[in-house]
Amino acid sequence: MKKLCVVLDEREVQDNPYRPDMWRIVRRYPLTNDVNFYQARPVEMEEALKFNYKPGQFVMVSIPGEGEAPFSISSTPSRPGMLEFCIRKTGSLTETLFEVKENHTLGVRGPYGNGFPMDKMVGKDIMIIAGGLGAAPLRSLLLYVLDNRDQFGKLTYLHGARTPGEMLFREEFIQLKEREDLNCLLTVDKDDTDKWQFRQGVVTELFKHVGPIDSKNTFAVVCGPPVMYRFVMPHLVRLGLPKHQILMTLERRMKCGVGKCGHCAIEYLYTCIDGPVFTYWDVLHMKEIIGRGVSDKTVA
Amino acid sequence: MILKMKKEDLSTFLDSVKEWGELRGPTKKEGRVTYSRVDSLSQMDLKAARTIIPPKKFLYPPRFTMFDYDQDGYTERLGDVPKRVLFGIHPCDIHGILIMDKLFLETYKDPYYAERREKTLLLGHSCIPDDKCMCIATNTDFVAEGFDLFFSDLKMFYLVWVGSTKGHDLIRLKPELFSRELDKNDILNYTEYRKWKNSQFKTKIDLTGMPDIFELGYGSPVWDQLGDKCLSCGQCTMVCPTCNCYNVVDEVELGALEGTRDRFWDSCMFREYSLVAGGHNFRDKRSDRLRLWYTHKLQAFIGEFGKPACVGCGRCVETCPVEINVVTVSTALKEQEVGK
Ligand SMILES: Cc1cc2nc3c(=O)[nH]c(=O)nc-3n(C[C@H](O)[C@H](O)[C@H](O)COP(=O)(O)OP(=O)(O)OC[C@H]3O[C@@H](n4cnc5c(N)ncnc54)[C@H](O)[C@@H]3O)c2cc1C
Ligand code: SF4
Ligand code: SF4
Ligand code: FES
Repeated sequence: MKKLCVVLDEREVQDNPYRPDMWRIVRRYPLTNDVNFYQARPVEMEEALKFNYKPGQFVMVSIPGEGEAPFSISSTPSRPGMLEFCIRKTGSLTETLFEVKENHTLGVRGPYGNGFPMDKMVGKDIMIIAGGLGAAPLRSLLLYVLDNRDQFGKLTYLHGARTPGEMLFREEFIQLKEREDLNCLLTVDKDDTDKWQFRQGVVTELFKHVGPIDSKNTFAVVCGPPVMYRFVMPHLVRLGLPKHQILMTLERRMKCGVGKCGHCAIEYLYTCIDGPVFTYWDVLHMKEIIGRGVSDKTVA
Repeated sequence: MILKMKKEDLSTFLDSVKEWGELRGPTKKEGRVTYSRVDSLSQMDLKAARTIIPPKKFLYPPRFTMFDYDQDGYTERLGDVPKRVLFGIHPCDIHGILIMDKLFLETYKDPYYAERREKTLLLGHSCIPDDKCMCIATNTDFVAEGFDLFFSDLKMFYLVWVGSTKGHDLIRLKPELFSRELDKNDILNYTEYRKWKNSQFKTKIDLTGMPDIFELGYGSPVWDQLGDKCLSCGQCTMVCPTCNCYNVVDEVELGALEGTRDRFWDSCMFREYSLVAGGHNFRDKRSDRLRLWYTHKLQAFIGEFGKPACVGCGRCVETCPVEINVVTVSTALKEQEVGK
């Protein structure tokens, strides 16, 4: 579309929700065997400060010629100007993303999705439970709460991984254990390094160490592989958390991110705009999911 | 504003609207009815009940390019859409477009749809229901918005409903053909026509009261029986005026440095539709996919918007090779039995 006149904001005139803007990768390193970390900045610097988002939202990332897919934002909006995400190699687009190096550009559009309901979570105790790639969106929330520490109550972070080598952001989280303003509990299923100094066992074992919980005043946020939900959800309900204060993210195939392509539909909801964050209560009432329990594949 | 036009003046009027854009209307070739480019009224078939593909194809083509890309990024491809006047659109199809409008023009307005909508004038025309029409069951047999002009055929003359300023601009091309003088008889003629139309429907079915039936029948074996019949051919989604799903691919030209990002119609009936990373499929079974389609149209949409996402056009009835359609599916759910 042509620019009409200088008085109008160019973005308003050209508003095309499908157009990716170009972002430059400024840092990139492996987090695990098959997951890479990326930090990116917009090529147009003035875009950098305009870009705002909520923890729990995602972006659509494009490589010209390869296509586009949704990825959770791992950085926090409280540290503006850049965007961080983690990518697991699983198919053709993600393999190509693995080859993209620093200083190369990517298409990015977004942010999309409802994100975590931060307005409702303010003032509450926050318990975050991460497994596998679930740490990607949850890191955004964790850093956000830490950056606005006085606005939240007690903060507990539980993270489980199969082995130390598979724990995303391992060093970063180990450092958090030093802090006194949160309870950071890390565990691995098994230690193949003999150097792991923390707990071993599945993530639900960590519940023994969280101490007393003011359950009615707590928001639990869970993101991990399907099996984790199967064990974690009953635990949280037993602890007395109301189902609408247990949050989770759902993964569906997405082609547009803006409620148009239909791919992410669950009944009358579009995961891309009505989600990806849903309460456990919502999920229990989605018939398409009930049949399979919450063991249905979610962000993993 | 409703005007009156003599029947024999339609041809002259349609000749004049070509000044605005290319004229398209329903034509019949070898028994197939499609919206084709026409020069005059004489080439059109205004008696046909429905075209194979609904007019959504003009607002949202089966395949088009969204962006050209190169190393510097994505440049949108807008602006090369021709101006068109579609004549002979039936009320159900206008309702279908109103549902598309809701989807594409509200949150995150789609600029591709918006441009085509802007450049396409919709000239509706009253219709004669055939044995497959069921718009009376979806409350879409008459229409009061969404069109630029609507022509109701009352034998000797047309009542012409002006629905937009662009429609009014067309009237102003030949103002001498239209009269504002409507009398009591015109109104009586029109209500007579409505009564007559209502008596013509042969498919008797209630499609508005389905949410509870769907809720009850969620786990019904009827879905498996329907799934066993379905061929996953996706034709039902192509012909349905309210199906909007699409897929996007990057087409590579000139050794991967340049190309286009294209968008094309997709179908939730295809197996790959809900496949996600790791090969997990949320709707691996045909019965799951059918249930999504029908739940979306007859239950979920009603919950959200108070009316079904089915406009009763009868295309699924005409198209599905194994007779899976809104009539057979809703009947099977109510009677807990799949017909022959
Ligand atoms: C809200 C959301 C957040 C996500 N966050 C992350 C993240 O932080 N990190 C991460 O690594 N992955 C994330 N994913 C998953 C990621 O989008 C897929 O791994 C990616 O699309 C695979 O693309 P591919 O081309 O490499 O794989 P393909 O070659 O396309 O296929 C590999 C597998 O991925 C499936 N797939 C293709 N497209 C999609 C799609 N759009 N959504 C889901 N699955 C798809 C295919 O069906 C196939 O099973 C997220 C997905 C969603 C919906
Ligand atoms: S319902 Fe009929 S038209 Fe639709 S995919 Fe199945 S066989 Fe094809
Ligand atoms: S479901 Fe069938 S009758 Fe209803 S609008 Fe779609 S094609 Fe027409
Ligand atoms: S991703 Fe297209 S509708 Fe949700």
